[in-house]
Amino acid sequence: MAKEFLEGNEAFAEAAVRAGLEAFYGYPITPQSEALEHLSKRLPELGRAFLQAESEVAAINMVYGAACAGARVMTSSSSPGISLMQEGLSYIACSEVPAVLVNVMRGGPGLGNIQPSQGDYFQAVKMAGHGDFHMIVLAPANVQELIDDMVLAFDLAEKYRTITMVLADGAIGQMMEPAELPPMRPVRSPEERADWALTGADGRDPNTITSLYLGAESFEEVNLRLQKKLREIAASEVRWKEYDTEDADILLVAFGTVGRICQTVVREARDKGISVGLLRPITLWPFPSARIAELAEQVQGVLTVEMNAGQMVDDVRLAVDGRCSVKFYGRMGGVIPLADEILPELEKLATEGRGA
Amino acid sequence: MVTVDIPEDMELVYGYPESLTEADTHYCPGCTHGTIHRLLAEVLDELDVRARTIGIAPVGCSVLAYEYFNTDFAEAAHGRAPAMATGIKRVSPDKVVFTYQGDGDLAAIGTAEIVHAANRGELFTTIFVNNAIYGMTGGQMAPTTLPGQVTTSSPTGRDVALAGHPIRMAELIGGLPGSAYVTRQAVLDVPGIRRTKRAIKTAFRAQLEGVGFSMVEVLSTCNTNWGMSPQDALDWAKEHMVDYFPLGDTKVSEDVRALMER
Repeated sequence: MAKEFLEGNEAFAEAAVRAGLEAFYGYPITPQSEALEHLSKRLPELGRAFLQAESEVAAINMVYGAACAGARVMTSSSSPGISLMQEGLSYIACSEVPAVLVNVMRGGPGLGNIQPSQGDYFQAVKMAGHGDFHMIVLAPANVQELIDDMVLAFDLAEKYRTITMVLADGAIGQMMEPAELPPMRPVRSPEERADWALTGADGRDPNTITSLYLGAESFEEVNLRLQKKLREIAASEVRWKEYDTEDADILLVAFGTVGRICQTVVREARDKGISVGLLRPITLWPFPSARIAELAEQVQGVLTVEMNAGQMVDDVRLAVDGRCSVKFYGRMGGVIPLADEILPELEKLATEGRGA
Repeated sequence: MVTVDIPEDMELVYGYPESLTEADTHYCPGCTHGTIHRLLAEVLDELDVRARTIGIAPVGCSVLAYEYFNTDFAEAAHGRAPAMATGIKRVSPDKVVFTYQGDGDLAAIGTAEIVHAANRGELFTTIFVNNAIYGMTGGQMAPTTLPGQVTTSSPTGRDVALAGHPIRMAELIGGLPGSAYVTRQAVLDVPGIRRTKRAIKTAFRAQLEGVGFSMVEVLSTCNTNWGMSPQDALDWAKEHMVDYFPLGDTKVSEDVRALMER
């Protein structure tokens, strides 16, 4: 397939269609509504399910239902809408059914604004709902990665019977750039649905999907099983990209839109003679802690840059564990940090030296 | 499970419907959920749809309904069963899908979900059990608690100036263009139980014909939280609930009328 000039929101929606999406349930919210609009046309013309729900609360529970029925299903939203979905996410996680969602983050807290932000890192990575669970969280930095992450999201969700969130932001959702869509996969037939799915107890015992376990010990067993699965995911699904880290004295850590900007920062810093490398997490959960710990042995210091008040930096500090200094630079409210703001922060770190 | 050999000169005239499991019930003695479960199971048997039925349990006393039905089942978040049912039915249109919900679940926290599912004409069936109280959480005021009714969260009786009025869901849902069949029945005596079964059967037939959303509201009792004997609870419901929640159909579409006449 050839590259096309694609808008992020439409691109991930079409990528999902080509990944075999059987149903989409969603609610309009800026800056991701183009995805819902695209699917409102595409899915019915392919004979697949599309429904604009009455709320994000209803949408995520429709997703939960279709996932229980064994269909490949997703929703997408933006920050305030994801908050409304958290109840459903907790139920889905406990029930161990696969589901995919996209958060095209905007400025918060509150109604906030519709500018790009990374303010939902904690929500996505630490506490997607009540109780002990994690979602797999993928962080694309451009439209091509957004497309590729959609396909990967379905595969991971179904492999582990878990939730995969693609955590984009308003910049990636709204920007247009050349990218290549994946080939069309055949959609799974109802006969091919998983044996745990709710398909009717025809010639077998009934299947029950529940997140209710009244006994303390029986529910601890469920939790232990969930934790075991999460450890398996953490052991095999960590993904990241590195730029110029081989000889780096300073390490930048950044994801998504600002991770992309930091690629420019690396080039400009090296032009000025500062030996900088960049680690850009692709999975925010599981987090590339082990690799960051290795690099912390090599570098004088780490600068984490985010479009929030400092959220991922907590995970960077945990990974670095005192091996070197960790600094943070961020902008909030929808402001995107620019390369010429980040560069002086790097220069400061370079002059302070190791352990400052 | 108790099994009995039937003598050769006798035949079994009453047993478990295939659509019910033989699990011991957790419902209180005197509770009408068991009656309604049985009616629903008999209807699934008679329509021969058990093996392609998917039920959705609510949060409330019937949260464990999946223990008692011999069908596939999902357990929803509080009030969200109609959204789950929508999600399932839209990807499994050949399945028979129903929600089983109480008054707190359907008429308080899940009002948006039931109204919009009905208004879209979703092709599933809702069994709405109205006993005017929150049973499982210990007898608090429900959206259907009657004016003056004492509950653990309306200790001096429901004051409508403070807490609003009991909500008549069958009238509300019956007024929506997407609903095909909506009725209110009661399982407070034998004739009512028989009428309730007929209504449940009509509701599932409407689903099978694909003519729109169907809901059977069933007036029920909670002798435990009402603080009455089972018989007194049945009498109290007949005396007080039926006045406020009149029995009968609130929506019979032309398609459903034709189906009822067949």
